[in-house]
Amino acid sequence: MLSGTVEKTEIVPIASSSDVVLVRQRVRLWTTELKFSLVDQTKIVTAASELGRNTLEHGGGGSLEIAAVTNGLRRGIRLQFSDQGPGIPDIAQALRDGFTTGGGMGLGLGGSKRLMNEFEIQPNPGGGTTVTAIRWK
Amino acid sequence: MERIPILRMGNYLLVTIQVDMHDKLALTLQDDLTNRISEVNAKGVLIDISSLEIVDSFIGRTLANIASMARILDAETVVVGMQPAVAITLVELGMSLPGIRTALNVESGMEFLRQTVMAYEGSDDAIGDSRED
Amino acid sequence: MSKLLETMRQSRESILQDWLTRLKSAVQRRDLISERDLVSQASEMVATLVDVPPGTTFEDFNSPAWQPLKAMLASLSVSRAMAGFTPSETAIFVLSLKPSLFGTARQQRGSDAEELYSDLLTINEFVDRLALHTTDSYIHGRDQVIVRQQEEMLELSTPVVTLWDGIVALPLIGTLDSARTQVVMESLLEAIVQTNSRFAIIDITGVPTVDTLVAQHLLKTITAARLMGAECILSGIRPQIAQTIVHLGINLQDVTTKSRLADAFRLALERSGRKVVRTENAVDRNAATQRGQ
Repeated sequence: MLSGTVEKTEIVPIASSSDVVLVRQRVRLWTTELKFSLVDQTKIVTAASELGRNTLEHGGGGSLEIAAVTNGLRRGIRLQFSDQGPGIPDIAQALRDGFTTGGGMGLGLGGSKRLMNEFEIQPNPGGGTTVTAIRWK
Repeated sequence: MERIPILRMGNYLLVTIQVDMHDKLALTLQDDLTNRISEVNAKGVLIDISSLEIVDSFIGRTLANIASMARILDAETVVVGMQPAVAITLVELGMSLPGIRTALNVESGMEFLRQTVMAYEGSDDAIGDSRED
Repeated sequence: MSKLLETMRQSRESILQDWLTRLKSAVQRRDLISERDLVSQASEMVATLVDVPPGTTFEDFNSPAWQPLKAMLASLSVSRAMAGFTPSETAIFVLSLKPSLFGTARQQRGSDAEELYSDLLTINEFVDRLALHTTDSYIHGRDQVIVRQQEEMLELSTPVVTLWDGIVALPLIGTLDSARTQVVMESLLEAIVQTNSRFAIIDITGVPTVDTLVAQHLLKTITAARLMGAECILSGIRPQIAQTIVHLGINLQDVTTKSRLADAFRLALERSGRKVVRTENAVDRNAATQRGQ
């Protein structure tokens, strides 16, 4: 369980490719409010885009919970993507493979992990996956 | 359905991406461009991404695909105006887009295309929006 | 466990008095804090501790209900650090609350040893975490100072210089670590955009060592610049660094390297279609001075 106290949240449903655009827009809004630097904002929104697309294409759709968190010292943004899809059979492998260029169906997880500070993938009890990522200020 | 307009300048095609594209729009652009290159026998494609604040792996792959397809159709592609934050993020993502030529802005991009491409004689048409309507 | 908190809320005065008695009889650092301030800090801490919403438990350390207490301790830690307390002294201050809380648990549980044991363990872990939180805050505060100083030093030590139209140079001086390289990378890329420079020379004459991490950072910068449409030339590579790079197996294949900044500059000029020519008009200072006589 990743550390941090949650301050406030927003849920974004992910059901179509235009929802991935919505994910980017909402996450952008949150990172601006939380006053992240431009480069950090770009990294966070890009990670959200990657993970959002994953949720749609690999997970068959799901949702994103955006939350402002604090660990008592720093503030950060937490992105939690959940789906009820087939799940990821070998999580360690998926993180290693990361993105594959040239037409492969790499899950883009490795890349997203590098863009965030904390990263965790958990299988859901009822099936599917929850990916949680946090970026601290 | 919304489309990204493709402008024609003689032997070159010019695309300016200003909206946050959803995946379908990106694929449509890929289609439209390849069709257009073939139609007008374009020799160069310039894609201006100076307004794009986010380029994720899908968009990156799309750009790479466009460049590859264009090359097969004997057209050179140059992507111009990538923002620093975007470049830093793409590198962190692990995408270095090796097959794509890049330039700082439209001006240097056009200069590159002009140098690389052999201009056909007398085929400098007027600048116009090549979208069929 | 919330019953325990309820009891503590009611006995807050006796808890505070018990704690203060022990605090006053221990080493107090009267040179750093007055007795009145000490009483004030202790009171505030007890009050913030017991005034949590009903239903809050000690076990749920990450609950938002504990935020005010954590925030209070964080600022306590910072103010004590500024006063001259060591982080341990502040931690001990927090830890010394334990016996007072234990006392309340004992009163409540009477002779029920099992329940009392369980309560004590819970209180113990909770107060330990509070103490560690003050230590983290101290370190965090220091880190922020360091980061700020680094940024200031950075601005002084990494100017991006325009050598010619469309050619910039970044003379790096000092050790490159992760944080520093981020800032350096960003300022170089920004400069490339602002000066419209197709060529950027990164000179590492002033960089004492290059390890795999530093090399990775440099390569990332070079790749990012390329994505933007600019070409980087690496110069100022000393022989030892060249050896290190090869030994570490770092691949610089796609990167143009020159051992001297001057060579890198000449290359950039060439590649941007320029040539430096010697003309007849070279001024000989000595000759001119003699003629002028």
